[in-house]
Amino acid sequence: MSLIHETDFGTPKSKADTMVTLTIDGQSITVPEGTSIMRAAMEAGTQIPKLCATDMVDAFGSCRLCLVEIEGRAGTPASCTTPATQGLVVHTQTERLKKLRKGVMELYISDHPLDCLTCAANGDCELQDMAGAVGLRDVRYGYEGENHVFAKSNGEANAAWMPKDESNPYFTYDPSKCIVCSRCVRACEEVQGTFALTIAGRGFDSRVSPGMSESFLGSECVSCGACVQACPTATLTEKSVIEIGQPEHSVVTTCAYCGVGCAFKAEMRGEEVVRMMPYKDGKANRGHSCVKGRFAWGYTTHKERILKPMIRERIEDPWREVSWDEALGFAAAKFKGIQQKYGRDAVGGITSSRCTNEETYLVQKLIRAGFGNNNVDTCARVCHSPTGYGLSQTFGTSAGTQDFDSVEDTDVVMIIGANPASAHPVFASRLKKRLRQGAKLIVIDPRRTEMVESPHVKAQHLPLMPGTNVAVLTALAHVIVTEGLVNETFVRERCDWSEFEEWAAFVAEPKHSPEATAIMTGVNPKDLREAARTYATGGNGAIYYGLGVTEHSQGSTTVIAIANLAMATGNVGRPGVGVNPLRGQNNVQGSCDMGSFPHELTGYRHIGVDAVREQFEALWNVKLNKEPGLRIPNMFDAAIEGTFMGLYVQGEDILQSDPNTKHVVAALSSMECVIVHDLFLNETANYAHVFLPGSTFLEKDGTFTNAERRIQRVRKVMTPRNGYADWEVTILLAKAMGFEMHYSHPSEIMDEIAALTPTFAGVSYAKLDELGSVQWPCNEKAPEGTPVMHIGGFVRGKGKFIITEYIATDERTGPRYPLLLTTGRILSQYNVGAQTRRTENVVWHAEDRLEIHPHDAEQRGVRDGDWVRLASRAGETTLRALITDRVAPGVVYTTFHHPDTQANVITTDFSDWATNCPEYKVTAVQISPSNGPTDWQKAYDEQARNSRRIAPVVEAAE
Amino acid sequence: MSSSPDKLVYMANQIGKFFQSQGRDRAVQGISEHIWKFWDPRMRKQIFAHLDAGGAGLDPDVRDALQKLKQA
Repeated sequence: MSLIHETDFGTPKSKADTMVTLTIDGQSITVPEGTSIMRAAMEAGTQIPKLCATDMVDAFGSCRLCLVEIEGRAGTPASCTTPATQGLVVHTQTERLKKLRKGVMELYISDHPLDCLTCAANGDCELQDMAGAVGLRDVRYGYEGENHVFAKSNGEANAAWMPKDESNPYFTYDPSKCIVCSRCVRACEEVQGTFALTIAGRGFDSRVSPGMSESFLGSECVSCGACVQACPTATLTEKSVIEIGQPEHSVVTTCAYCGVGCAFKAEMRGEEVVRMMPYKDGKANRGHSCVKGRFAWGYTTHKERILKPMIRERIEDPWREVSWDEALGFAAAKFKGIQQKYGRDAVGGITSSRCTNEETYLVQKLIRAGFGNNNVDTCARVCHSPTGYGLSQTFGTSAGTQDFDSVEDTDVVMIIGANPASAHPVFASRLKKRLRQGAKLIVIDPRRTEMVESPHVKAQHLPLMPGTNVAVLTALAHVIVTEGLVNETFVRERCDWSEFEEWAAFVAEPKHSPEATAIMTGVNPKDLREAARTYATGGNGAIYYGLGVTEHSQGSTTVIAIANLAMATGNVGRPGVGVNPLRGQNNVQGSCDMGSFPHELTGYRHIGVDAVREQFEALWNVKLNKEPGLRIPNMFDAAIEGTFMGLYVQGEDILQSDPNTKHVVAALSSMECVIVHDLFLNETANYAHVFLPGSTFLEKDGTFTNAERRIQRVRKVMTPRNGYADWEVTILLAKAMGFEMHYSHPSEIMDEIAALTPTFAGVSYAKLDELGSVQWPCNEKAPEGTPVMHIGGFVRGKGKFIITEYIATDERTGPRYPLLLTTGRILSQYNVGAQTRRTENVVWHAEDRLEIHPHDAEQRGVRDGDWVRLASRAGETTLRALITDRVAPGVVYTTFHHPDTQANVITTDFSDWATNCPEYKVTAVQISPSNGPTDWQKAYDEQARNSRRIAPVVEAAE
Repeated sequence: MSSSPDKLVYMANQIGKFFQSQGRDRAVQGISEHIWKFWDPRMRKQIFAHLDAGGAGLDPDVRDALQKLKQA
């Protein structure tokens, strides 16, 4: 194994179709028009010396190292900013160029420290490489003059010297090593789109400056790492590299955080991760990253990780560390006992959207074939189950229609109930890049999110009242239909015309107009009409949406309404358009694909269909139950009722993440055996009887499927610290239950999935190694996968318009609970925070805060930072207030990353009509000043602490 | 929504409300199909028992849909 070196072509790739041929150093090369001479040379295998150029950002032409000579042209132009044109004859190495480059390097080095041996970039420094490349042997100017290098100059303090900025927990900024190439500044602008960095001063005073000479941590910097990646010297360096040294080998793998699915090189020294570097060939991220994937992997070796199996008879007992055999035997005996006593259907399991496809597949197989029932569900239940339902009804596939590259061809982006800047940051960066090129943006969200206004981006914002999505979307459809903006050719050709007509007549009714619905939605009718016109007439229109759409009583209806809009305007079936659910967790799409839902086998085929079920029965050699099983909320109800008594939970913290915590506590307490399979003693484990330690994404092989249906490899870079990868644990548990599964590697599991699932028929580890990734459907018809779906026609045949009547949620405000609470995420934390809270990311977000409008705060006597009591019909908690006009009067907002806040003690058990996806996004609440934690919070904390006790191991006497 | 039949009645009516705007025939068909596809047998058993006991609280379309499903 060795380090994977990615070629830096110096300037970005040109997308032009016209080709030009030129000669570089006597070699003929043909490139697309618009390619720089530097890139053309690199494609021909000649690396022209460079410092300020890198192919992640546009050419800048400042370092003057990449000079070339062109026959028939005067001077020595920079090869990075000079485009290749037909017939050019270029020389990259002449006596004149050699002299010039040496002179330039000599000047650079005259203001740079010579501590190469002890420098963190030693072995990975482009300045050092270039000094070598140009043959620099001497610096005639000496180091005594004016410089940025030394703290003291001639015994006096050096005003030009600046100390290191170590404020960011993950990287340092050492100004003395800066060559002012501006790569970091441009990466922040062009790649990330945050514009946190600038070059302050002029000439010799030029310095990289976060904001107005702030610290990195104090500036707008979001710690995505793009600047560190771009830096050619040790000026911006990962602290892990400073501590450990340069990596010696690297392995390409997939991030285990959000649904974007960024590809990373895990850069290693032995089994120690030195750093995670975004992989340029990663088709989801194209070489970019966010603070979580790039830096927040410290949880994998956190001291709180549980590495040994544990059991206990009662949840009041302390945990007892035992061998794997004992833990699995104990768990199996309990589950078999429950089945004997209460019936075969009294146990079940939950697969994880954080685990691999192969692991998820095995858990549902264990439940269906080993437990003999279909009580399997996944955490997608509580996030994107309405997406599956809505898109399969209308289009015929339970998945988004596009790849992320599609955004580069989009003219109008409509974001509904999603905040990619926080929850899908790398996609947000790609989107913002397109917006800066002139694409238009519409944001439908109760809150003024970071997407609404960012540098060079201003959206048309429709700030609706939480819970009125369907009314707003139907009003948009009303405008499109009544103003004659429907793409009739598309609808006649691709959709069922009579269903369309019925739908069009429904939305055209005056009661669905923006003016008539404004009283419920709170959206200005003029703005809504404007947004509808923009979407329908602005060119390629693409809708991106998140949990603000799905997590409602009418989640599925909203997804259907979105699909209706896309069909009516002809925005399906080509690059740049489509309906794109932004999936929450890394493998939400995959866990749904893998047959985790109680009613469906892999590839979304109903368990009640004999032909499908029989295929599985033949291969698994077991008779399967044809009835759908319990969904997560149904499991809780059945537990309280006494018919569901045992649960195996892999990699999900249902107690913290599911709504109405008290209800979940009651359900878990009713069960006779709860098996938690996780990295940490999470909140659910407080009510568990068996704890099986889990493995991290760095410790196993497998695949994740991201929001674009892209199947990507997860590769093992270290031995599982707990002893087994999660797929192995499931096999062992199945064996203990008396159900044997034989696999020696996850690739064999994928082969079985491919054999049983038409949309995965062409997927294998060999193909993934060859192509890097594929998007399903991947089969005979599409051997290399399907980037864009529904080209030429819908998967279901004709696109289906369905009427979407707005029905207000029963969760209503009133005199006791006059405000509406909605919940969401923040950039630095991930979901329940089990991983990110165990990293340095807590410096950005150490607690959940309640966002409240100044008007509502003043009425209640709440000041910024005050403790407030947040109460709903379900429960109450306390947290500190953050006064902001991001939220409208009448609406409050919080995140759910911290168990000591437990935002879900507030949320109710109202849920989506079709899928039971909980209504997290609307809860009627009241706010009042408070002195500190509620009694419930104190009791919860005490129970949690008590429950986490681990009995000291007593050595047996000889 | 503490006791089980109440919750199931609520859920069934919620499904009914979505299909209501499609007209009675299609609504009855849609509701019964949805419940067949997504409800675990013990949930169906409970709601049928509730239906047999008079079906208090069930909307008319939902009642018909359940009747149809029960006979299927």
